[in-house]
Amino acid sequence: MAKYLILLYDNESEWVGVQNEKTERMFAGHRAFGEKYGEAILGGHALQPVATATTVRPDGAGGLDVTDGPFAETKEALGGFYLVEAPDLDAAIEMAKQVPIAAASGGNEVRPIMVFE
Amino acid sequence: MSADAAAVSAAVADAHRREWAFTLAATVRVTRDLDLAEECVQDAYARALTAWRDGIPDRPGAWLTTTARRRALDVLRRDVLFRRAMPELVVDEAESAPDPADGFPDDRLRLICTCCHPALNRDAQVALTLRLVCGLSTADVARAFLVSEATMAARITRAKKKIATARIPYRVPSTDDLAPRVEAVLAVVYLIFSTGHTAPRGSDLVRAELVERALDLCRMLRALLPEDPDAAGLLALLLLTDARRETRLDASGALALLRDQDRSAWDRAAIAEGIALVREALRARPAGRYALQAAIAAVHAAAPSWDDTDWQEIVGLYDVLLQRWPSPVVALNRAVAVGFAFGPEHGLAALDALGAEPHLAGYGYLAAARADFLRRLDRTGEARLAYEEALLLTENEVERRFLQQRLVELA
Repeated sequence: MAKYLILLYDNESEWVGVQNEKTERMFAGHRAFGEKYGEAILGGHALQPVATATTVRPDGAGGLDVTDGPFAETKEALGGFYLVEAPDLDAAIEMAKQVPIAAASGGNEVRPIMVFE
Repeated sequence: MSADAAAVSAAVADAHRREWAFTLAATVRVTRDLDLAEECVQDAYARALTAWRDGIPDRPGAWLTTTARRRALDVLRRDVLFRRAMPELVVDEAESAPDPADGFPDDRLRLICTCCHPALNRDAQVALTLRLVCGLSTADVARAFLVSEATMAARITRAKKKIATARIPYRVPSTDDLAPRVEAVLAVVYLIFSTGHTAPRGSDLVRAELVERALDLCRMLRALLPEDPDAAGLLALLLLTDARRETRLDASGALALLRDQDRSAWDRAAIAEGIALVREALRARPAGRYALQAAIAAVHAAAPSWDDTDWQEIVGLYDVLLQRWPSPVVALNRAVAVGFAFGPEHGLAALDALGAEPHLAGYGYLAAARADFLRRLDRTGEARLAYEEALLLTENEVERRFLQQRLVELA
C-alpha cells in the first residue's frame, strides 16, 4: 500500500459562498466519494479561499517575511485535498476520477507521498 | 554441434531483435526492478555469444530467459541487502498466459502497457518503448530522435523513476481501461514509424531502423491482440506505406513523389499482406482511423499507375476518415486528393479553406501542396512564393532539395 495526496485545483469563485444546483451536486459527490472509499481516505479538507492565505518566505537577508496571499497567484488555486491509501497509481487515479471535478476546474493532481526509511 | 563465431553472432543479433521483449518482460517479474532486469538480460545476451559456440539452442528465447532469470535470482540472493535507489516495482501477481512453446509467462503486453501508461508523457512513452520493448541502446534512441544522449538518458531515467516512485503497476489494464491503453500503445508505434518514414530533420529521408522497429512492434501487438481491429489496421497501414520505401528516392537520391515512383519496384508481398489486413480491419464498425488510412494506402497500392488512381474513391475515404478523426492534417490530405480528383482549382480552394487553421500554420506540407496546385494552374509568381514558404518550414534535407529544384524549374 502507498499513500497519495489528491490535490483539488479549482476556481473557488464557483463554489465558495455559492449555493446552487452545481455546488449541491459537488458536495453530494464528495459525500459519495467518502462513503465509497471509507477507510482508504486517510484525511481531507476543503480550504478557505486564497484571500485568507498568508505566505512566509525568506526575505533574502537571513530572516523571514510574512506576506498576504498565496505562494503563487493563479486562476485555479488549491481548493482542497484528500490523503488516500491505494495499492498503486492506477487505483489512486481511479479514486481521483471519483472526486468531483468542476467543469472549469484545474483538475485533480495525484502525488505520491514520499517515504523516508 | 558447434557453431562458428559468425553464425553465433548472427544468431545472437537475430535473437536480440526477436526475443528481447519476451526475455526482459519475463525477467522484470523476477527482479521487480527495470534497471536490474535490463542488466540481467544484457548479461544473458553477452553469455550467449560464448555459450552458443557449443550449439545454438533450438529456442533461443527460452535459453535467454532462463539465463537472465537465473542471473537475477543470483544477484537478489547474493545481495540480500540489495537496495536500489528506487522502490520495488508493483507487479500484478496474476499470471500471464504461458508461451505454448516453453512455458514461460508471456508478459510482453504487460511490458508495453507499462511503457505507455497515461501518467507518462508521449516522449517518455516512445523512449521507454524503444529502450525496454525493442532493446535499443539509449544512444540509438537519442540518435533516432536527434537529441543528445544525455538528454535521452535523463528522459528515460525520469520515466523509470516515475514508474517506481508513483507505483505505476506492471500489469495489463483491466477490461475497462484496456481500450484507451491499446490506443496509446498504437499511437506510440505509429509515431515511431512516422519519425522513421520521413525524418523530421536531417540528411536522410528515411530512418530504416525506426521503420523496422515499428513494424516489429506492430507485428508483436497483432500477435498479442489478434482480435483487435486497430492493431490489424495499423499493421496494414505500416506495411502498405513502407512497401514504397525503395522507390521514394530516385537513382540520384532525389525525392520521388508518388506520381513518379517505379511501381514495379513496390514490395508486392507487403502490399498483399497489407490489403488482407485492411479487409479484416474494415469489418469493425465504425471503421477505425488506422484502417481508413490503410484503405487509402491500399487504393494507391492497387492502382497500376498514377493516372489510373481512383481519386474519387480516395476523396470518399478521406471524408469518412475526417469524420472519424477530425484532424487538420487529414483535412489537408483530403484537399490534395480533391485537387487530383476534380482539378487543381478545386484542390486550391479546398486548401485555402484551411488557411486559417492554426494547427497548420507552420506546417510545410500545406505550403508545398498550395505551391504544386498554383504551378499546375500556371500562376507562377504565387507558386514561387508558396515554394519559398514551404522551404522555410521544411528541415529534412531531401525534401528541401526537392522544393529548391521546383523553384529552379519555375524560374
